[in-house]
Amino acid sequence: MAESLSLILLLVGAIFMLLAAIGLARMPDVFTRMHSSTKSATLGVSFIMLGVALFFNDFAISARALAIVVFMFFTAPVAAHMIGRAAYLSRVQLWEGTLSDEMEGCYNPKTHVLASQSPSVTEKESNTSPGEPR
Amino acid sequence: MSILVTITFGLLILAIFVAFVRLVRGPSLPARVVALDLMGSLVVGFIAIYAVAIDQPIFLDVAIVLALIGFLGTVAFAYFIEKGELPWQKV
Repeated sequence: MAESLSLILLLVGAIFMLLAAIGLARMPDVFTRMHSSTKSATLGVSFIMLGVALFFNDFAISARALAIVVFMFFTAPVAAHMIGRAAYLSRVQLWEGTLSDEMEGCYNPKTHVLASQSPSVTEKESNTSPGEPR
Repeated sequence: MSILVTITFGLLILAIFVAFVRLVRGPSLPARVVALDLMGSLVVGFIAIYAVAIDQPIFLDVAIVLALIGFLGTVAFAYFIEKGELPWQKV
């Protein structure tokens, strides 16, 4: 009973990982690709490790599988954030259907420091606000 | 070996192949690094399923080490993409 349940968990994890790979191949943009691949691959690894822990049914092996799950949950968002930031700063082209890029102009291109608002936006807002004393 | 394990192996091999297609075709370097990161996760899952298939839990240690190496590789790639010149992009 436990063995068949663990095999079903392995199958569910493999389906999630296949969905991650399909999203990686089909999405139009680096950022949408990361959106599909990172989360779904983490969930797939978690399901597979749960199945492994249930299959072997031993404390030492279950602790090892749980360690992999915890490690993936810590490292996958960090890695995705770093590669997304690097992609944005190296001006990878966004998808042509992108509606808004809220960080446009906010990054200093030399120092890579993020300002809270781009200079052009602040200028426009101070021009259009009527009640503000100058 | 159960038929379910065989199907799981097939799905993971298909996933690795699809991710490899993106690794080859990816137009920019960050796209390739994302594909490589996903391939690392896929291989971690593959090793875990192999440990189940041959009933040898010692292979889980390999999966731990591979997860660590994959994370370090992705972080190093991201660091050097952010620091470096842009040879693949005509500014």
